[in-house]
Amino acid sequence: MKVLIKGAGVAGLTAAFELAARGATVTVAEIRHGLGGNASWFAGGMLAPWCERESAEQPVLDLGRDAADWWDAVLPGQVTRGGTLVVAPPRDAGELDRFASRTSGHRRVDEDEIALLEPDLAGRFRRGLLFPDEAHLDPRQAMAALHDKLAAMGVKFHFGTDARHVSGFDRQIDCPGMAAVDDRLRGVRGEMLILNTPDFSLSRPVRMLHPRFPLYAVPRTDHRFMIGATMIESQSARPVTARSMMELLGAAYALHPAFGEAEIVEAGVGVRPAFPDNLPRVEMSGDTVAINGLYRHGFLLASAMARLAGEIVFNHDKPVELAHETDGQRQSA
Amino acid sequence: MFDLLGTTLPSRLLLGTAQYPSPAILADAVRASGTSVVTVSLRREMAGGRAGEKFWSLIRSLGVRILPNTAGCHSVKEAVTTAQMAREVFGTPWIKLEVIGNHDTLQPDVFGLLEAARILCEDGFAVFPYTTDDLVVAERLLAAGCKVLMPWCAPIGSALGPVNIMALRSMRGHFPDVPLIVDAGLGRPSHAATVMEFGFDAVLLNTAVAKAADPVGMACAFGKAVEAGREAFSSGMLEPRDVAVPSTPTFGRAVFS
Repeated sequence: MKVLIKGAGVAGLTAAFELAARGATVTVAEIRHGLGGNASWFAGGMLAPWCERESAEQPVLDLGRDAADWWDAVLPGQVTRGGTLVVAPPRDAGELDRFASRTSGHRRVDEDEIALLEPDLAGRFRRGLLFPDEAHLDPRQAMAALHDKLAAMGVKFHFGTDARHVSGFDRQIDCPGMAAVDDRLRGVRGEMLILNTPDFSLSRPVRMLHPRFPLYAVPRTDHRFMIGATMIESQSARPVTARSMMELLGAAYALHPAFGEAEIVEAGVGVRPAFPDNLPRVEMSGDTVAINGLYRHGFLLASAMARLAGEIVFNHDKPVELAHETDGQRQSA
Repeated sequence: MFDLLGTTLPSRLLLGTAQYPSPAILADAVRASGTSVVTVSLRREMAGGRAGEKFWSLIRSLGVRILPNTAGCHSVKEAVTTAQMAREVFGTPWIKLEVIGNHDTLQPDVFGLLEAARILCEDGFAVFPYTTDDLVVAERLLAAGCKVLMPWCAPIGSALGPVNIMALRSMRGHFPDVPLIVDAGLGRPSHAATVMEFGFDAVLLNTAVAKAADPVGMACAFGKAVEAGREAFSSGMLEPRDVAVPSTPTFGRAVFS
């Protein structure tokens, strides 16, 4: 079976792996000239379905539960399984209780245990939540490694082309993200920073709760931290605004003053494709399967979506209806 | 039924549209609450042209009246520009005017608010000013052309409920004929019922519903509380007394008072 995959974001790459691993001859076409620039490139890379359940619906937890295992199996060494630490400044301690009541898979940690888990946060937070089964990866390293692995498996890549001229495929899998022509999709703008400071280190992603400026800091290699991310109902990809940067930096400084002397290595913007229920879809039309709407859960949900797409292509499974239950009623109302 | 600036509305609950888990859950919450007016912010979303259009069209499709707001504006100029943009995007002269004076408490800057209200009223807007419970500020806003007032009952998102009951009651007493909508600070349906029992015309809330574990259920609960509070107000409540009053006559006893 010959399969063309359009799009080399996390959805396209994971779909390429699932299909190639099941014996398909896979070609990936990406309109950009490299792996960078899409929403996946600016992702946090947190494999944190229990934390996400705070605001996401149940399918995000159900589908994302195995994500860390998937990435670990496909790209050994890329996944760090250190859990997630959630903290709140003393005056926002109520936020911690709210977060705890909306989620599962966590346990309370006190000041001493926070100091054991993250020595650089010692004395800064009196209470926290540890989600021990969560994990994280570096999206850019993971995408590059997955690209290399796919190439070694015989997957062909064509960058800088919309693949309009290519033919002779049995199936097509569309993973265009925001480039899709779909009235249901909207963009949710996310702004992020990469900071570099040798004065501070973390072993796991830390989420600091705040009613207006929640923040997460994800450790990367070389003393770098990904700081994110805003959520704005806008599909503008223009550069980070001053206000957003101030909010992100203010929150980072509140997490630890060492960020005050950090270098701002990068200020990036990704526009996340989302359906009205913020849940992803795998849909079938003729010989084409479309994966989209991964919202802020690209690395968390892409593998599950890819597996569903594989089942549709190889076992002729019907697309699974993940949609929010009243979504269809509203569409037709 | 509730007459607001010549528009008859079936519900006295106004709902904000920010911070919901998803637009689909927002839509369900709007339906469950029975609200007939939703507020929507534009300041950050309009940056970069009409980049927020997709979300706005989801709001339009809810089929309820839209009250755009200037949330996040810290200056008169920002608020006026945002209001003008909102009129264009949503085709309504209604604007909920917020000019924030303190980034941390989100307390309104009443001086900037008054100036912006004057400019926008002259420009033909129906201005819904988000203000404090200060009576003098309220008088000035009315003199500037506002026909409705939106006093806070506690800081935005605080969920404290009415913290200064005396001020809210005296505001109602001072402006018996002005539509008064309690905006900001409500946390529980009982808070909404309480201010409605005081005789406020409506309430506006957002976080208490959007950040509930089940926003749809909470929207429904607030809808009922607003209705209950209003009905209680219209039905004439008993004033509290210091002694028990038996509901059946007691014979053979001396009269004590």
